[in-house]
Order: sequence, then structure tokens, then C-alpha cells
Amino acid sequence: MRHSSLLLAGLLGATVTATAVLGAAHMDPKALEDAVAARQAHMKLYAFNLGLLGGMAKGEVDYDASAAEAAAANLSALASVDQTRYWPEGSDAEALKTRALPDIWTKMDEFETAQDALIQATMSLEEAAGTDLAALQGAMGDVGKSCGGCHKPFRKPE
Amino acid sequence: MGAGRRGLGAGLVMLGLLAVGLGAYWLLTRPAPLSGAQLSGALAAAEAVEAGGAATPGASGLSGQQVFDAAGCASCHAAPGAEPADRPVLAGGKRFATPFGTFVAPNISPDPKAGIGAWTDAQLMNAIMRGISPGGAHYYPAFPYATYGRADPADIALLVAHLRGLPADATPSQPHEIGFPFNIRRNMGIWKRLFVDHDWVVANAAEPQIARGRYLVEALAHCGECHTPRNALGGIDRGAWLSGAPNPTGKGRIPDITPRGLSWSEADIANYLKTGFTPEYDTAGAEMAEVVENLSKLPETELKAIAAYLKSLPAGSEGTGDGAK
Repeated sequence: MRHSSLLLAGLLGATVTATAVLGAAHMDPKALEDAVAARQAHMKLYAFNLGLLGGMAKGEVDYDASAAEAAAANLSALASVDQTRYWPEGSDAEALKTRALPDIWTKMDEFETAQDALIQATMSLEEAAGTDLAALQGAMGDVGKSCGGCHKPFRKPE
Repeated sequence: MGAGRRGLGAGLVMLGLLAVGLGAYWLLTRPAPLSGAQLSGALAAAEAVEAGGAATPGASGLSGQQVFDAAGCASCHAAPGAEPADRPVLAGGKRFATPFGTFVAPNISPDPKAGIGAWTDAQLMNAIMRGISPGGAHYYPAFPYATYGRADPADIALLVAHLRGLPADATPSQPHEIGFPFNIRRNMGIWKRLFVDHDWVVANAAEPQIARGRYLVEALAHCGECHTPRNALGGIDRGAWLSGAPNPTGKGRIPDITPRGLSWSEADIANYLKTGFTPEYDTAGAEMAEVVENLSKLPETELKAIAAYLKSLPAGSEGTGDGAK
């Protein structure tokens, strides 16, 4: 029951993120900056929840099954959020204070595939996190890979 | 004594000096391959290990696959933009812009024409550990043979066996794009004499875990090739080991990973190499993402050894700007 609703949420998320990005010919600079701020805030929410799970995985925080499951559920929910308005054309590293590379808009299929990988990895994490510490540790690697799967091609190096 | 004879004498002296000069150049730039004993010992050891199956670890504890992952071969030799699933295909083609020109990673897949399929084991060992081609030419140090030269030859023999089992690809290698005097490969013999030093950079590693980390970092993972500054001729500045360097692509800096520049705990470092997550839950980017891709396949004990080694480095080593040994 829970499993199938998760799957549904994942598929829904994948479909939603796969929808077209807003055309931006007429977006004013403030709107572009707002989109960048929203993206960065969203990333902070990932980091906040990953912080707890990573602390447990590294052995710095005692493993707590229900807290781990809650944080993982947050990540899975965050990954499935509709991001259509997050990525208006022109909100890239060449125009604004962001590391988002223009390739995002020229390779939108690859960008969306990378996002779908995060949805899948966080769903697996949600299933594993409450089981035990070893399962949590195992699932964290794939989440890290899926983050890198988008950051590597689409984020400007510092 | 006629003027003609004096002229002839001076000419002979000039010719003599030229001959001595050429002879000295020839000697100084001559390739220095592995000895026959080193080669036969390593290859025999590898053969004995392989008899137990491809995943059997050698004397150092690493299997051929693990040496391959620790040495990061796929980071450079996989085709540019290859998906993780395609990374065992070492078709080459990735470009590396440096102050000396652009190097293009060659095809090292087992294809007999485009790759290394027709090379002997000894030729591959000398290529990897001594930077010498089957024809006796010097390789450029964009290929980190100065690092691999510190490895246990038996590990490199296992690596050679592993390379032979990877998928073949017929894509021809592309030439490097470099200018004078670096375009004359023979000159790299002098570079090797000046800058290749197979001694450990960290001379004392009494603790077994730190010694293990030293082996992984200094002999296989070649962290120092990017994280250590180089002098004007591209020689590694051992006095500033792992203390960060300008990015050869010209953009930004490659970070200091000595305790001066990296405040992460050992667990943080091991976790980063396993998952790509920084302690702030940002993720590895650019080249480091590929390093993590490779190193994350190693057992956790190996990643912890790398972390212990990095934390043991002297903090605040200053670059001397002099890479010569």
C-alpha cells in the first residue's frame, strides 16, 4: 500500500519534472533571481535532511530508525516537488550569481533524466532508512551518485 | 703549419664536442625500463594470483579490478562523457588542456590496432610504471607514471591482466597538441631525470593504516598530480605536497587537502570518497566526481586509510616553487 503510493508519487514527480521549462523571453531580472533563490533554498532542504542521515551513516549520530525514516521521506518528497518554475531560461551562470550551466537548457532531456535518478534513489533510501544502519549506509551511496549525476555535468566548478 | 691544417684541427675539435654533446644528450634522455627480474617476478606473481580467479587479491590485498579503480584509469581513458556503465571501455579521446598544450588520452582498450591488445605484458608494465612506449619513446607526464612507478610491480601486473579483459574499442587515438620543446619526446628523458622521484613523499609512515593510505595516495590514486603545485617545467613540488594548486584548465584552484586546508574529520573524508557528499552535504563536482566514482568501489577500510594518511600530513607545508629533487 505504502509502497505503491510511493511509486505513484515518484512517477508523478518524474512526469511533472519532465514537463517543459518556462520560456523566459519576457522574464524580468527579479523573477530570474527569485527562481535562483528558490532553487538554492530547495538545495538547503536536501542538505538539512541529508545532514542527519549522513551523521548516522558516519557514526557521529546514534542511529534512530524513525528519525532516519522521516528524514528520508522528506528527501523523497523534496525530490518529487514540481520544479517547472525553478528553471526559467536565462537563469544561468552567465547571467546571474548561480553555478547553473547553460547546458541545462540545451540538454533538457539529460537534465530531467538526472532528476529522475534522484527521485529513484531517494525512494530507495526511504525504504532502507528505517530498516537498519547498514541498509541506510548502503542506500546513501546511490543518493550521492544521483546528486553528482546532475552536479557534474550541469554545475559550474567553483 | 698551414692555415688549412689549423682549420681542420678546429673543425675536428668542434665535431668532437658535438659528438660528446650528442652522446651526453643521448645518455641523459635514454629510457630506463624496469629490470628483467622486476618484470618476471611481478608477472609470475600475478599469474599465480589470477589462477585463483579474476577477483583474487594479490599480495597487497587488492585485486586487478581494485588496482584499476584505485589508479583511476577510467577517469582519463574512458570516452568523454561516457555513462558510468560504459566506463570500462577505455576508448580514449578525453582532452586535457595544460600550460604546455592539450593532451588527448589514448585508446588503451584491448583492441589490437587502436589499443594495447598487441602489446606484451612487459611493454604494458614499462608504459605504466616507467612512462616508456613499446617503441622506446617517452610518454608525457599527463599520464601519471611518476606516481604508478611507486606501486608494487605485482599490483601493476594484476592491472595489466585486468586491462586485457576489458571490452575492445576500435576508435583510433588522437595526437596531442603541444609546442616546442615539449613536442620532442626525447626531451622528456631529461624531464624524467629531473622530476620523477620514486621515493615516498611522506618518508615515515610507521602506522600500518597510514602506510596503507600512503600506498593508495602516492602510488595509485595519484591525488598529488592535481593537488600539488608544479614548477615552470611541470615538475611536482614535493615540498608543497597536496597543498593545493592552480587548476591546469586555468579556472579556479584545486584545493589544499593537507590538514591546513581541509578541516574535515577522517570519517568525513572517508564518507566523501564513498558517497561524494561533503560534510555540508554538497557533492563532489568536476574531476573529483569521477575520482569518487572510482574510489567508492574500494572497501571502506581502504578509504579510511586514505583519510588517515591525509590527516597525518604536516599542516602548513609551504611550496618552495622548486620541484627538482
